Amino acid sequence: MGTQRYLLGKLGQVLLTLFFILTFNFFLFRVLPGDPVSLLVRTTGAELTPEQQDELRAELGLDQPIFPAQYLTFLGDMVTLDLGESTILQPGRSVLEMFTERMGRSLILLVASTAASVALGMLMGIYGGWRRGKTFDNFSMGSSMVLYSMPEFVLGIILLLIFSGWLGWFPTGGYTDPVADYTGIAYVTDVINHMALPFMTLTLAYLGEYYLLMRSSLLDVMGEEFITLARAKGVREKWVLRRHAVRNALLPTVTLIALSFGFVLGGAITVELVFTYPGVGLLSFQALVDRDFPVLQGTFLFFSVGVMLANFIADLLYGYLDPRVRAS
Amino acid sequence: MTTTEPIAPPTGAPVPDVGRLTPRQLRRARRRRAFARSWRQYRENKMGMLGLGLLIVFIAVGIFSAFGGAGPTSPTETLQNPTLAPPSLEFPMGTDRNGVSVLNLVIAGAWTSLLVGLMASLISMLLGTLVGMAAGYRGGLLDGSLMRVTDGFLVIPWLALAIVLAAILGQSLWIIILIIGITSWPGTARLVRAQVLSVKERTYVERSKALGGGNWHVVTRHVLPNVMPVIFANTILTVAIAILSESGLSFLGLGDPLHITWGTVIDQAFGTGAITLGAWWWLLFPSGCIVIVVLAFTMCGFAFDEIVNPRIRER
Repeated sequence: MGTQRYLLGKLGQVLLTLFFILTFNFFLFRVLPGDPVSLLVRTTGAELTPEQQDELRAELGLDQPIFPAQYLTFLGDMVTLDLGESTILQPGRSVLEMFTERMGRSLILLVASTAASVALGMLMGIYGGWRRGKTFDNFSMGSSMVLYSMPEFVLGIILLLIFSGWLGWFPTGGYTDPVADYTGIAYVTDVINHMALPFMTLTLAYLGEYYLLMRSSLLDVMGEEFITLARAKGVREKWVLRRHAVRNALLPTVTLIALSFGFVLGGAITVELVFTYPGVGLLSFQALVDRDFPVLQGTFLFFSVGVMLANFIADLLYGYLDPRVRAS
Repeated sequence: MTTTEPIAPPTGAPVPDVGRLTPRQLRRARRRRAFARSWRQYRENKMGMLGLGLLIVFIAVGIFSAFGGAGPTSPTETLQNPTLAPPSLEFPMGTDRNGVSVLNLVIAGAWTSLLVGLMASLISMLLGTLVGMAAGYRGGLLDGSLMRVTDGFLVIPWLALAIVLAAILGQSLWIIILIIGITSWPGTARLVRAQVLSVKERTYVERSKALGGGNWHVVTRHVLPNVMPVIFANTILTVAIAILSESGLSFLGLGDPLHITWGTVIDQAFGTGAITLGAWWWLLFPSGCIVIVVLAFTMCGFAFDEIVNPRIRER
């Protein structure tokens, strides 16, 4: 019963956040810059007579009052997943289609690298925190802080210089070899070859942060009285760590990791640019360069919803890890 | 008004003659002692001192560049220089495509990069403190609605929002500062709110209220001074993130074309194909500056956090 109510509550929060994001998005693009038509004229220098501009406005429904008519139309469009059409990059193409076509590539990269850095960072953080001040901890503490202070694209550039420019082990960018026409196993190897450096960059970029989070969370828990009690009871150290310390230290870490997804997605944009990896991030960069506003709006929506879903998953995980959350 | 209550002197600090001090002098003396105490604790932290040392060097370079200390950075002044020269005695960091010494670019970028970081965190600190104080102190409906908005902002991916804002509002240094400022306050707001919630329940606040202290008095004289150290530690860490954010925005070509920052130098180098040209110096020196400055702020922030947050110190 408690579990069900917890899930419903979380789902309600997700819907509320979604509503907030959509509304924010609407006002960002409709209210701030004037309107999409004057924006088009101002940023791209399109030559339109005032009459043509008015026509375009009428066509886009911009002659209606912003609230509620335009707002309701916008919400309706969003519910039916109508994100509009690209104006400059691929004129007339549906924005949703442009995203779904590239989403798989970004998703596989992001999921793989996040899984790797979370797993590695947590394991190292547990070990470092447990043996605080020892060689391993000092070394990982130092390198974590350097990695934490390094912009993702700088890390990407360094890896590119070493592994691609100097050693020549990996291609400089892209998703597949544009000349070769591989199929089957050769195709898969080619893709993996292209993905290796962006994957390494994104994994290393957030490893430091997760190490620091897990380590400090574990140290927090180690100071608690129930750890002393467990030791006093004669529980073996290994079990104190596994059953008492780590389990409780995971909770705040999960929340903080979920909150960091906004940054991970941001980092993905710059990393995809460094490696010209044709994912959603590169698309948003191109949309930015060409000032293709419908695509930019789509980017913003896509990324916000992505972070929101990641947080939702973290909430579910939290409920699983901490029975108290479900009970209350 | 004089205080008759003796104040426990902290170890090693001179005890002021309490009886003859005005309240203002008393407050100042207390503050001075608290500051001296924190400084003594801070000095013992090796990481913090290293960070502080690095920061002082970079701030000195920044001030030097603010007064026009950097050598020529415009291609028209460097026509006689070799282009894309690797580091040498004459050009310790090499030259770029136009023959401009990368060292000059790095020095010129120091001021703007630091300025953006500091100003953006100032905005973020003010916004976050305001929202956090209002929500925590007032509570009730205001708290609920402010926190919903804060949570909403927390899930908005900052770079996507920053891209959109920069695309709409245009590219200038102040707009970048504003963008970073208004995308990084939610964390501060949550932190401040949590602190305010704990401070406002303490007995001295209750006493102050019982003696007739109004809300304004309680907030400015009791709550704010107690929350301030935490805000300060948080702000130092925010500066680090703000500098990272600026470099990311500049790398995407959203930087102010009229100002040199480390991010715009990297953007130019990368855009010119420095990697295929093998001009690693053009990329790595400005990158190194970003990493070192962010690291320095992070180290100072962590060290200061240890002082203001006793829970961490005990470990």
